[in-house]
Amino acid sequence: MSIKLEHLNYIYSQGTAYEKKALNDVCLEIPHGEFVGIIGHTGSGKSTLIQHLNGLLRASSGELYYNGENIYREGYDMRKLRNEVGLVFQYPEHQLFEIDALTDVCFGPKNQGLSPEECRERALEALRLVGLKEKYYQSSPFELSGGQKRRTAIAGVLAMRPKVLVLDEPTAGLDPKGRDDILDQIAYLHEKSDMTVILVSHSMEDIARYADRLIVMNKGAVMYNDEPKKVFEHYRELEEVGLAAPQVTYIMHDLVKRGMSVRTDVTTVAEAADEIMRTLVHHCTNS
Amino acid sequence: MIRDITIGQYYPAKSMIHRLDPRVKLVCTLLYLVSLFMFRSISGYLIATLFLAAVIRISRVPFSFIVRGLKPIVMLLMITVLFNLFLTRNGEVLFHAWIFTVTEGGLVTAVYMAVRLIYLIIGSSLMTFTTTPNELTDGIEALLHPLNKIHVPVHEVAMMMSIALRFIPILLEETDKIMKAQIARGADFESGNIIQRAKSMIPLLVPLFVSAFRRANDLAMAMEARCYRGGEGRTKMKPLRYKCRDYAAYIVMIAYVVFVVAVGRMLPLHVWIF
Repeated sequence: MSIKLEHLNYIYSQGTAYEKKALNDVCLEIPHGEFVGIIGHTGSGKSTLIQHLNGLLRASSGELYYNGENIYREGYDMRKLRNEVGLVFQYPEHQLFEIDALTDVCFGPKNQGLSPEECRERALEALRLVGLKEKYYQSSPFELSGGQKRRTAIAGVLAMRPKVLVLDEPTAGLDPKGRDDILDQIAYLHEKSDMTVILVSHSMEDIARYADRLIVMNKGAVMYNDEPKKVFEHYRELEEVGLAAPQVTYIMHDLVKRGMSVRTDVTTVAEAADEIMRTLVHHCTNS
Repeated sequence: MIRDITIGQYYPAKSMIHRLDPRVKLVCTLLYLVSLFMFRSISGYLIATLFLAAVIRISRVPFSFIVRGLKPIVMLLMITVLFNLFLTRNGEVLFHAWIFTVTEGGLVTAVYMAVRLIYLIIGSSLMTFTTTPNELTDGIEALLHPLNKIHVPVHEVAMMMSIALRFIPILLEETDKIMKAQIARGADFESGNIIQRAKSMIPLLVPLFVSAFRRANDLAMAMEARCYRGGEGRTKMKPLRYKCRDYAAYIVMIAYVVFVVAVGRMLPLHVWIF
């Protein structure tokens, strides 16, 4: 159960004046059950990359293996791939169209050929998972608030019970609480169901908190592919490509510069606090 | 996909033609199209071809790109050619089978009609290839300005046109995005009979309309917020001004028209088609 990309290249509008190379020799392997973060500057190829994962875009050259099977092979069942790799686009609420939220969430399962009862059951489950209040199930999706729409749209993909969930900036434009709610929910799902999660984000803090592994994209190529704390060691290089490490990384480096012997590879505020406390206690007991 | 339609698209390049005033390009295109119907001899066609080839060359738009724009009219072209070929009875009979008769006059008309149509399309698409939609509407607005006198809301029409043109790529992109999102949810836009297919468009069309209305609303709000209130007394940031090259282009164009009409009509080396 894994996704493997081999020397993937993608060129938009090949052979015209608008030709643009969006992916450049991308090699990746994403094993089953991992929580992977993808980060990169606007236009670095993140969105293009994830659209390859369920075959919406076909690479100009290179191969993509899902569970060891080449998806570009003649006669490969793309529908099955799309059932297993669920893709939540940026601003997914723009795809809502049904008369009420519940029916909209049923759209995916219905396309999978499930019976109406099963669709309903899955839709209810998905809506519960994303935490949409029951009183909104029968509301028109166009009457819901931005955050509720977002939840409904994510539920629409979850209801298909994908084995791999890909989310393209699921928290863009949400308030801090809505953002934490959705990310916590996804992390919970990941733990509970050993689903592979691929999260595209702009926020280093978010990725640092949740992801096991971090892929940094720059100009269509993979720049780093490692544990978050190892990637953040390169915070100067990250700055050069318009990104930044989490703020705690800077604080820790500053502390070291001022003579405090803390570790610099912490990624979250909680970890940083523990580390500083530990050092201080150590310091006091020694002197 | 949808992006492959090149007709009416802008092709960015740096050329003499691209830099010309949009009014010049509009007027010259119109003159060229009219000129195509002003001559009847093979020498006229030769001159028109040479002129078009020269303009294409100067515009730096690749020929293959232009040819791709002809694809959508292939059907129309075929029908025109076939009608002319079989329905014109003029001159010597070249071929006769059952109800089909091909005469020499028919053959010549068919070929000439096809050439005219192709030049018509190439000529007008050359204008859109070398002129951004904004320049184009500016040009149209300036050219139609005199109609203000008879209370035609020229500015408003031009504004609507530029907004419509501006939104075509945005809506195409939006369609592409929504389509992908629904395909990711297992939607199928390709198989099934015509009713099933029409039904399968609902998940695409509803969000598309919603987004179009939302964008229209936002735009109206933004225009209102900047106190937009129509054309009266409104000045432009980049007013159109004729430069030397624009006058030169007019002169070249007029010289061409005079020449092609004179040669096309008077030279004894001719083939009559009417």
